[in-house]
Amino acid sequence: MPLTFNLTKQTLELELSGNFSGYDNETEKTALFNAAAKARNILVKTSGLGRWDSTLVVILYELAKRAERQKISYDFSSLPENLHRLVSLALEVDRNPPSPPDRTTPWLEALGGWGLNIYTGFVSGLKFLGRLLSSIGRFLTGKAVMRPVDFLFALEDCGYRAVAIVSLVSFMVGLILAFVGAIQLQTFGAQIYVASLVTIGMTRIMGAIMAGIIMAGRTGASYAAAIGTMQVNEEVDALKTMGIPVTDFLVLPRTLSLLITMPVLTVLADFMGIFGGTFVGTVMLDISLQEYIKYSVDTFELDNFLVGVFHGFLYGMIISLCGCYYGVNSGRNADSVGMAATKAVVSAIVWMIVVTGILTFIFKVLGI
Amino acid sequence: MSKQQPEIEVNNLTLGYGNFTLMKDISFQVNKGDIFIIMGASGGGKSTLLKALTGLLEPFSGQIRIGGTDFTKASPQQRNQIMQRCGILYQSGALFSSMTLAENIALPLQRYTAYSPKLINELVSLKLALVGLTGFEDYYPSEISGGMKKRAGLARALALDPEIVYFDEPSAGLDPISSKLLDDLILDLNQSLGTTIVVVTHELDSIFAIGNNSIFLDADTKGISGRGNPKELLKNTQNPKLREFLTRGGEKNA
Repeated sequence: MPLTFNLTKQTLELELSGNFSGYDNETEKTALFNAAAKARNILVKTSGLGRWDSTLVVILYELAKRAERQKISYDFSSLPENLHRLVSLALEVDRNPPSPPDRTTPWLEALGGWGLNIYTGFVSGLKFLGRLLSSIGRFLTGKAVMRPVDFLFALEDCGYRAVAIVSLVSFMVGLILAFVGAIQLQTFGAQIYVASLVTIGMTRIMGAIMAGIIMAGRTGASYAAAIGTMQVNEEVDALKTMGIPVTDFLVLPRTLSLLITMPVLTVLADFMGIFGGTFVGTVMLDISLQEYIKYSVDTFELDNFLVGVFHGFLYGMIISLCGCYYGVNSGRNADSVGMAATKAVVSAIVWMIVVTGILTFIFKVLGI
Repeated sequence: MSKQQPEIEVNNLTLGYGNFTLMKDISFQVNKGDIFIIMGASGGGKSTLLKALTGLLEPFSGQIRIGGTDFTKASPQQRNQIMQRCGILYQSGALFSSMTLAENIALPLQRYTAYSPKLINELVSLKLALVGLTGFEDYYPSEISGGMKKRAGLARALALDPEIVYFDEPSAGLDPISSKLLDDLILDLNQSLGTTIVVVTHELDSIFAIGNNSIFLDADTKGISGRGNPKELLKNTQNPKLREFLTRGGEKNA
C-alpha cells in the first residue's frame, strides 16, 4: 500500500495502489503534502486501488483541504465513485462554529470570577433560604402545594431507614471515645470518669455531629442527585411552568422530614454512643454496670442534651438546604448531577462546622 | 460482495422483560448494504428488538447471527469483536458529557486501533466533517444543539468504519430540515461505504425516503405482520393495521 507520487512541471500525480486499510505512515503522508504545496495541479490515479477505509479518505480529505486553501486545482473524478462521494461529502461544510470556544481566562479575570461566584452563590443561597422559609410559612397556613405522600416517603427514607446506620456509627464513636479517654484516665486511676466523658461528649455535640455527617452523606447527597436528575429530565421546568413553586413541591417535604427526624436521630445517636461507652467501661475497664450508670446519670444535664438536640435540628435544616439547593441549581448532564451531589455533601458539612462554631461561642457567652 | 448476502439473521427470536413476552418467534434477515427499517407503533417493541440486536438485552430464546457468527451464543470476547463492526446512534446521541466531541469520537479509535495520535486526530476531523460538523472538535456536548449532538453521535458511531450502523429513532426531536439532512447522510453513507443500516423509526417520511427493506412489528400478535420494501408495502399490503400505519390512519389512499 505505497503512496507513490511524482511532481512534474508543477503537476502532482498521485498514484494509489494496493490496499489502504489501517494506513498509518506519517513520513509518506508528510512527503506527499510537501510535494503538493509546490504543485499547481493535482491528479489522482487509482488503477491498482484495492480495499480502503477511512485512513485513505483522511489523506484525500487533507489533500483537498490544503489544495483549496492554497488555490491549487485538483481533480478527484477518477476516484471510485463511492470514495469520491465520501470525500466530497466531507468537504461540504454546512455549518461552521460561530466562534471557537475560548476556555482560557487571564488570571485576574479568573480571580474576579472566583470572587464573584462566591458572592452570587451566597446571594442565591440566601434567596433560596428565603423561598424555603416562605414555603414553610405557606405550609403552616395550609396553602403549600405539597403531596402528603411525598412527605411520608421522605420521612420514611430519612427516618427509620437511617436508624441502623446512625445507631451503628454512633455506637462505634461512643466506643472509641471511651477507649481513647480510658487510656489517658487510667494513668490517674480515674477511669470511672470515662462515663462522664462519654455522656457529656455524646449528648452535648458528638451525637448531633455524627447524625449530621451521616445524614449529609446519606440523605443530602440523595436529595441533590434526585432533584438534579429531575432537572436533567426537565421535571423541574414542568413544575415551574405549572406554577407550582419548586420549593413547595420538592424542597418542603424533604426539609420538613429532616427537621423532624434529625432531632430524633440525634437522641438516638446520644444514647447509642453512651451505650458504646458503657460497653467499654464494663467489659474492658471492669467498672460495674451500676457504678457506670450512676456516674452517667449524675453527669447527664438537660442543658447539654437540649443543646445537642438543637444542633441536630439546625443540621437537618442545613443538610436539606444544601442538598436541595445544589439539586435545583444543577446543570443538565451526568457530570453536573455528580458535582451537585458532591457540593451538597461538602457544603453541608462545612456549614455544619461553621454553625457549630458560632453556636458554641453564643452558648459560652450565654453561659449554657 | 453479492447483493443478497445476509448480514444479520434473526431466527425464532422471543423477547421480553421478566414475565412479559413482547414478541414471539420472530425471524427476519437483513442483507448486506440494506437500509433496513424496523417499524411499529409506539410500545411495539422496536427499541427492545434493537437492544437485543446490540447485545444489551438477552433474548428468551432464538438466535441472532451477525456476519455469520452466532451472536446470542458468542463469548464476551467474540461479542466484543462483533460489536466493533457495529456502530450505534442512540436516540439523543449518548455523547459523554465530560468529553469534547473530538475525545468522544477518538475513544473507540484509541481503544481498538493502534493508530498514531496524529492519525486519530485526522480521523476525528474527517468523521466530524462527514456529518457536517467541521471545526466543532473542541466543543462539549452541552454546547451544541440536539440535532448537532445526534450528528456527533453518528460521527462516533462511524469512528471504526463499521459494517453495520444501527439508528434508534434518528429523526426524533429533529426539525424537518435536520431530519432530511440526516436521512440524506444515511443514504450517502450507505451508498459510499456500502454500510448496512438498521433504522428503528416510525417517521413515515424517513421510512419511504431511505428504506429498501423493512419489517413491521405488531404488538397484538407479538410478531411481524409485514415485510419488504416500504414503498411496495404501501401499495400491496392487505394487513389493515400496517396499511393504517403507513397511511397515517388512512389519510393517503394508495
